[in-house]
Amino acid sequence: MTNTRYRQIKDKAFFYTVCAITAITMIPLISIIWELIKKGIKHINFSFFTEVAPSTLDAMLAKTAGEGMPGGIANGIVGTLLIVSVASLIAIPIGVLAGVQLAEKANSKFSHAIRFTAELLNGVPSIVLGIIAYAWVVRPITGGYSALAGSLALAIMMLPLIIRSTEESIKMLPTSLKEASLALGASYATTTIKIILPSAMSGMFTGILLSISRVMGETAPLILTALGSSVISLDLSKPSSAVPLLIWEFYNDPYLIDMIWSSSLFLLGLILLFNITAKQISKKWKTQ
Amino acid sequence: MENTIIKLNNPILKLKDISVSYTAGKYAVKDVSARVAMNSITAIMGPSGCGKSTLLRAINRMHDLYPEIKVEGRASLDDKNIYQMNPMHVRKRIGMVFQRPNPFPSMSIYENVLAGYSLNGIKLKKQEKDKIVENCLRDVSLWDEVKDSLHKKGTFLSGGQQQRLCIARSIALEPEILLMDEPTSALDPIATKHIEDLLLELKKRFTIIIVTHNMGQAARISDYSMFMYMGDLVEYDKTAKMFDSPKDKRTAQYLSGQFG
Repeated sequence: MTNTRYRQIKDKAFFYTVCAITAITMIPLISIIWELIKKGIKHINFSFFTEVAPSTLDAMLAKTAGEGMPGGIANGIVGTLLIVSVASLIAIPIGVLAGVQLAEKANSKFSHAIRFTAELLNGVPSIVLGIIAYAWVVRPITGGYSALAGSLALAIMMLPLIIRSTEESIKMLPTSLKEASLALGASYATTTIKIILPSAMSGMFTGILLSISRVMGETAPLILTALGSSVISLDLSKPSSAVPLLIWEFYNDPYLIDMIWSSSLFLLGLILLFNITAKQISKKWKTQ
Repeated sequence: MENTIIKLNNPILKLKDISVSYTAGKYAVKDVSARVAMNSITAIMGPSGCGKSTLLRAINRMHDLYPEIKVEGRASLDDKNIYQMNPMHVRKRIGMVFQRPNPFPSMSIYENVLAGYSLNGIKLKKQEKDKIVENCLRDVSLWDEVKDSLHKKGTFLSGGQQQRLCIARSIALEPEILLMDEPTSALDPIATKHIEDLLLELKKRFTIIIVTHNMGQAARISDYSMFMYMGDLVEYDKTAKMFDSPKDKRTAQYLSGQFG
């Protein structure tokens, strides 16, 4: 009897310890969000989304006149959306096809090579990818800093995550699904495109959204490629701004330093939005 | 083996010395020869691991998917060697229903029935589609249960309904032979009864080969029975005759429940 009692206490103690430690992991995120809201919310207004980043002079004049911070981060928002969209257009088809190859021919030498490369790629520092994109695109192709070079650097960063999530989602499908399609006389290609990929869609989509949210906040590779721009530009061959680049610029300018909090709040919010959407979508698809 | 070839007037399928090995030199199915009668139900029985599913999957070339599996021998459909035909053509003429119901999760009930057409790139008019869907679902007596939810996902249905949907999906292509790999082993007795009644109806139009570990099921629905043991086709005869007076000792032991 006492033994049972002891075990019950031990069980409870273990349970509460696990809960307490799990709660600790939430502290950093919550405190980051709290800090950003506290310091950044006051600069977030309509013009924050519609106007380009203020120049040092504008900020200085506004400050001496006792007015609020002028301008916004519209050039950064447009730049981020442009660079990330183009990066996705490059990375998604390649990543999905590589993931299909890995899942379908799991043990071929070629697959082992891809898997190994993707793992290594995942460990390459983002600044190195920026240098690569600089060498491949900035100098030979666009002849100067460009949004395209930034997209390429981010696309390479997105690949490992897309490849892995595609592979895992396809592997989770029962083999009988593929067999059922082939048993109806379908070709291998049709089976992959019409049965396997749609059935694995929820997992793949989650992986794609997570990879987008991952590269959205990247700064280092963009410094070497997209550089930054004070105007809104949709030209891929020209330098472009991005929200993390703006945060970096604001940080380096004593008159604009107040803007880093609101820009960071916006960037974090955007990334969390992608993460939460990814979760919701995968949940919805699963229950369907 | 002599006793494994029974005389049939109009065999639709002839198997000659079929052997299947998963690893070189080890045979899961060894030298099976048999003829399958048209518009009949042929049951393949035997204990677990006897090679019954392996034999069935050799008929529609499902083993092609796995390069390590080797199939030898000759299987002829209308006197043409299945192993020399295009596997996609073979599988259109020889349908298959699996052990676990596997409707395509990304497709609605309606699309599942038509999957054989859409996957083979066959374009149909709306009326033709509606007709095929209704007829096939009526054939598997699922129509009344799902006619108001045709555009919902097939995965919403119960296990038994899903399996009937899978049968509808197979017969929609009008195959000549329908292979069934323990189609009721994942289902409850009522759903099983439903499917068995259905098969008796379907054999008027299709030739059915069903793998089952359930002797009662073989006795209830099949016209012919094969008994396999350790990869060999031990006995093949009319079901009534085999259950009444099995020739081989192993068949007798299996049928009397001494192993299996």
